[in-house]
Amino acid sequence: MGQIIAEEKLHVADEDWSEIIGPSTGLLDLNLKEVWKYRDLLVMFVRRDFVATYKQTILGPLWFFIQPLLTTVTFVIVFGNIAKISTDGVPQVLFYLSGLTLWNYFADCLNKTATIFRDNAGIFGKVYFPRLIIPLSIVVSNLVRFAIQFALFGAIWLWFLYKGNIQPNIFILLTPLLVILMAIMSLGLGLIITALTTKYRDLVFLLTFGVQLLMYATPIIYPMSALPVKYASIIKANPLSAIVETFRYAFTGSGTFNWLYLLYSAVFSIIVLVIGTVVFNKVEKSFMDTV
Amino acid sequence: MSTVIKVENISKQYRLGDVGTGTISHDLNRWWAMLRGKEDPTLQLGEVNDRSKAGESDYVWALKDINFEVKAGEVLGIIGRNGAGKSTLLKILSKTTQPTTGTVKLKGRVASLLEVGTGFHPELSGRDNIFLNGAILGMTKREIQSKFDEIVDFSGVERYIDTPVKRYSSGMYVRLAFAVAAHLEPEILIVDEVLAVGDAEFQKKCLGKMKDVSVNDGRTVLFVSHNMTAIQGLCNQALVLNNGMVSFPKGNTNKALQMFKNSISAQSLSSDLSLVQTRSGSGNLVINSMIFKNKNSEIIISPSTGEKITIEFEVKAFMDIKSLSIAIGFYSQLGECKLILWNELLNSFFDVNKGVLLIFCVIDNFPLTVGSYTINLITSSNNEILDWIQEAKSIEVLGGDYYNTGKTIESSHQTALVPHKWEKLI
Repeated sequence: MGQIIAEEKLHVADEDWSEIIGPSTGLLDLNLKEVWKYRDLLVMFVRRDFVATYKQTILGPLWFFIQPLLTTVTFVIVFGNIAKISTDGVPQVLFYLSGLTLWNYFADCLNKTATIFRDNAGIFGKVYFPRLIIPLSIVVSNLVRFAIQFALFGAIWLWFLYKGNIQPNIFILLTPLLVILMAIMSLGLGLIITALTTKYRDLVFLLTFGVQLLMYATPIIYPMSALPVKYASIIKANPLSAIVETFRYAFTGSGTFNWLYLLYSAVFSIIVLVIGTVVFNKVEKSFMDTV
Repeated sequence: MSTVIKVENISKQYRLGDVGTGTISHDLNRWWAMLRGKEDPTLQLGEVNDRSKAGESDYVWALKDINFEVKAGEVLGIIGRNGAGKSTLLKILSKTTQPTTGTVKLKGRVASLLEVGTGFHPELSGRDNIFLNGAILGMTKREIQSKFDEIVDFSGVERYIDTPVKRYSSGMYVRLAFAVAAHLEPEILIVDEVLAVGDAEFQKKCLGKMKDVSVNDGRTVLFVSHNMTAIQGLCNQALVLNNGMVSFPKGNTNKALQMFKNSISAQSLSSDLSLVQTRSGSGNLVINSMIFKNKNSEIIISPSTGEKITIEFEVKAFMDIKSLSIAIGFYSQLGECKLILWNELLNSFFDVNKGVLLIFCVIDNFPLTVGSYTINLITSSNNEILDWIQEAKSIEVLGGDYYNTGKTIESSHQTALVPHKWEKLI
């Protein structure tokens, strides 16, 4: 089959067709140029997400703050005071909030990306635009959300810094990289899951509690140092661990930093993203026939 | 003029039944065949898409070996019965689905109006939705900005432009949506069924705009509609699809329409409806047959205008049914509903016991004028559709002496006849 198409492509090369629709295209035919052409659409989607989410809510954008704050308070009470899990000398509020801010970004992106096909079946069935725009818009709109929550974290961090409870260091400069890694990882995972859910719906159910389990496998509510040796290697194998740990180390000075682990996370997330994009791209073309 | 669309051997295969279960085994089958370098086994299966016959294979060809070319500035109408493959073809052309085999080559930007208003978000204002929808359809922000006033003007909803569209009436919604789409200015415009909505005035405006787009701007339009008047008025070329294949190759619109009408009329003159497959509903009650009888209780094939006729149904109820509602709709060959006979409107519901029974509808003066009509039947009970048959039967109405004056009414200039009187005052 591939051969025939290749031949036909050669055959019409002399006529300047602007587009050729064929049965199946190469795995890596991502058409990023087209994605760029539709960048205005990405902005529109981001805008839509914001306006639509908080329309007709009383507190509106305040929800950006309330959600992480309430979770942090819950964590302080449950894990900090009842379960008495160590926070490595870092003030509890700051400890949990630092993990949560980054984690929320990952979880929000993943959850949203993983249901792309289900959420957008209506549009996808009717109009063509590069489908990659949707996951990209999710990552971007969550990035804005992250920025707001990060500002909240920043304010609280400054307060503790002023009180002299923490020793931040130069690795703070790595923050953008960490956020990008989180974005890449969630995007990649989300794309893989959404591609699979078109055929195997069961994964949707797995996702909700899978994300929760993954959070416990990441040092959000406990520091790496508090881990018993037999679990430490498992948690370290989680590519998210190094990202969260680095973030916390940079801002509070507690914990560890290891270039090797971070490199592992980076390589892992890029591989996931590549696989995700390829799988998504393949499914996207036949998806309307299976849903 | 240059060719802007070239469709070559396009075929599209669908799998019937429950997609999702058993797909793993099918997938494995395919991989295995691929590994051995053989042809995809599922592609050898598949049959012509004829709904009235129960297929033997799980796979059907929604489209099979479609070939045609469209030149710049042409307006091509695509005609076919429900399920003929029209929408599948348009979906392939608009890239929302991929063909199984074959290629389509296009020159220029394609915009499809498979359904207007796609991507409208109810919470956003009309203004925001214009931008969002425009971007989804492939316009850049600057393009939309430059046409914004024109779009708002065309839609006629200026007053509500900053109101969330969820508060719009459905008419306003469609107007706005179509207005955005109409200002796309793609080289190739694909239109499906947009004209089913909106009031007559707006429909006229839309048709005008589409004509404008093709004549003045030299753009190419592919148009699918059940509104044959619209196809006739708008398209200079047409092709007919039947069961996924081209049954009338691209050519003169009137000839294509004629051929399409003939194929419909040829559809069974028999009274037996049990084999008609274009039906839906719970099936707790089915209509087995429908016959027309004249005043002497003789079976007739074609009723005449003004004649006293009885339409007799044999129905089979599989359970006791309370307050059965039954309706007969007569549709002109242009797809317009001309007459509905409905017991619900007369408050004469039936309570039906399980079993076979006959239902009669008596018309003293048959009011339709000369022409061909398609009949749709629907039965329901408490809003549950029991048996809904589309295109159950085609009938030919003959001219007759409606007013009992010895004057046969042959003309079809009028749609319906009513008993009436003339008087004068001195």
